[in-house]
Amino acid sequence: MEMREKILMFIEKNSRVDVKELSIILGVDEAAVLNEMAAMEEEHVICGYHTLIDWAKTGIEKVNALIEVRVTPQRGRGFDSVAERIYNYAEVNAVYLISGGYDLLVSIEGKTLHEVAQFVSDKLSTLDSVLSTKTNFILKKYKDHGTVIAEKKRDERMLVTP
Amino acid sequence: MRNPLSQRITEIEPSGIRKFFDIVSEMKDAISLGVGEPDFDTPWHIREEGIYSLEKGRTFYTSNAGLKELKVEIADYLLRRYQLKYDYNHEIIITVGGSEAIDIAMRAMLDPGDEVLIPQPSYVSYEPCAVLANGVPVIIELKEEHEFRLTAEELEKAITPKSKLLVLPYPNNPTGAVMEKKDLEAVAEVVQKYDLYVISDEIYSELTYLENHVSIASLPGMWERTIVINGFSKSHAMTGWRLGYACGPRVILEQMLKIHQFAIMCAPTTSQYAAVDALQNGDKDVAQMREEYDGRRKYLMYRFAQMGLRCFEPYGAFYVFPCIKEFGLSSDQFAERLLAEEKVAVVPGTAFGRSGEGFLRISYAYSLENLKVALGRLERFIDRLRKEKQ
Repeated sequence: MEMREKILMFIEKNSRVDVKELSIILGVDEAAVLNEMAAMEEEHVICGYHTLIDWAKTGIEKVNALIEVRVTPQRGRGFDSVAERIYNYAEVNAVYLISGGYDLLVSIEGKTLHEVAQFVSDKLSTLDSVLSTKTNFILKKYKDHGTVIAEKKRDERMLVTP
Repeated sequence: MRNPLSQRITEIEPSGIRKFFDIVSEMKDAISLGVGEPDFDTPWHIREEGIYSLEKGRTFYTSNAGLKELKVEIADYLLRRYQLKYDYNHEIIITVGGSEAIDIAMRAMLDPGDEVLIPQPSYVSYEPCAVLANGVPVIIELKEEHEFRLTAEELEKAITPKSKLLVLPYPNNPTGAVMEKKDLEAVAEVVQKYDLYVISDEIYSELTYLENHVSIASLPGMWERTIVINGFSKSHAMTGWRLGYACGPRVILEQMLKIHQFAIMCAPTTSQYAAVDALQNGDKDVAQMREEYDGRRKYLMYRFAQMGLRCFEPYGAFYVFPCIKEFGLSSDQFAERLLAEEKVAVVPGTAFGRSGEGFLRISYAYSLENLKVALGRLERFIDRLRKEKQ
């Protein structure tokens, strides 16, 4: 595996790792890791270092929805320009171009059900190229970013075994 | 009333691990580095295959030697990974873990008084199994200066006219030592010179970090004198499924199969179906786990170097075996104090034989976060010991 791939595989699961530690674990030079990471940030291969939060446990209200959007693609620019008009809204977490029954999958976050609904009806549906929307509210997150959220696993092994 | 017990069994010492386990269990919120099994769950697709076999009602015995599909997969796997050729039909038995394979191999091969050469430190069951099989264990004390590899000289020195069997436990629990091809070649020469047989316990064969594991049975003239033992516990994180296997010449396997059929009948059916999937679709999981272990191993070696704790670099299994002789404590004393003062459980090297004195077995079958916390405590502890000594 290339060093780049090794770094990415590791920090995708744990972006808080200290560079020194990472270089030990990967068995490469610390400066090399630093350079590679800086290069990848520059190239926007590494787009950010986020934290996976289970907001449901905090008591802070958050409502997430996945909106299936059908749109008319634009001549010359396909879906890109309408996607851009959508992703520029701060409420929008993610936008994916999708194959199948609809075109764009838009992930939205709001404080209340009402706020999300209002965003869809006021902002999203009224865009010229949007033909239709279908709103799916997320009721519970089980797993996100490859991590099971529901419960933290306990180590059930016996403490000492041969 | 008459004594209900056999003399032989009462003379066998209980495992040194057991004693330590009792102490650790008393201790609340101890961090353990004492576990001899993977921290990973069995990969889901393998578990799912086990569940599916239950749903299908596959709850009957399999044939004594095991499911044909599984034996075929094992034969294919051993050839592809280690260039070992076995006929699935007569040269492979599926057992209840590698442990059963060790037991029945010894019982099939030993007559009263036959000597079994056992290098130590090593897994706790070889010695008692040899005794239970009427054999006489002859311990070879391995040396740190050889990175706990078995040398031809050490082997030759221990051989007597009664020597019959050599146990070769590599990659090694508890030391993490491996035997490279050149090491095995030297040992193989002695084995052939003295007409010995070998039980090669290769249960950690997938966990090597220097080169691919080499089986002694793949060397010229060794196939016919070797029983290879392997299994799914370490490679596929399947300890609780209790599934291993033994491979070797038909003439030995036939007799092992007799013991297996009368004592065990067959290995668990659910586990056997799950294991078929492990071999068909599990290579990626094995590689991933190996990579993860290797990262932790490097991290541990680095931290030991920082602490000034002497430790040879082990290239196998998921253990490191640091030397604690500088502190003037026995392994037992060190481990007990570390547990009492810092609530970190490690296993004293002596649990794996007398030659483990002065060493500790530290397992890295733990998440990096866990290891970091435990190592922080270990560092504090040895700093304190060094100050005490001044």
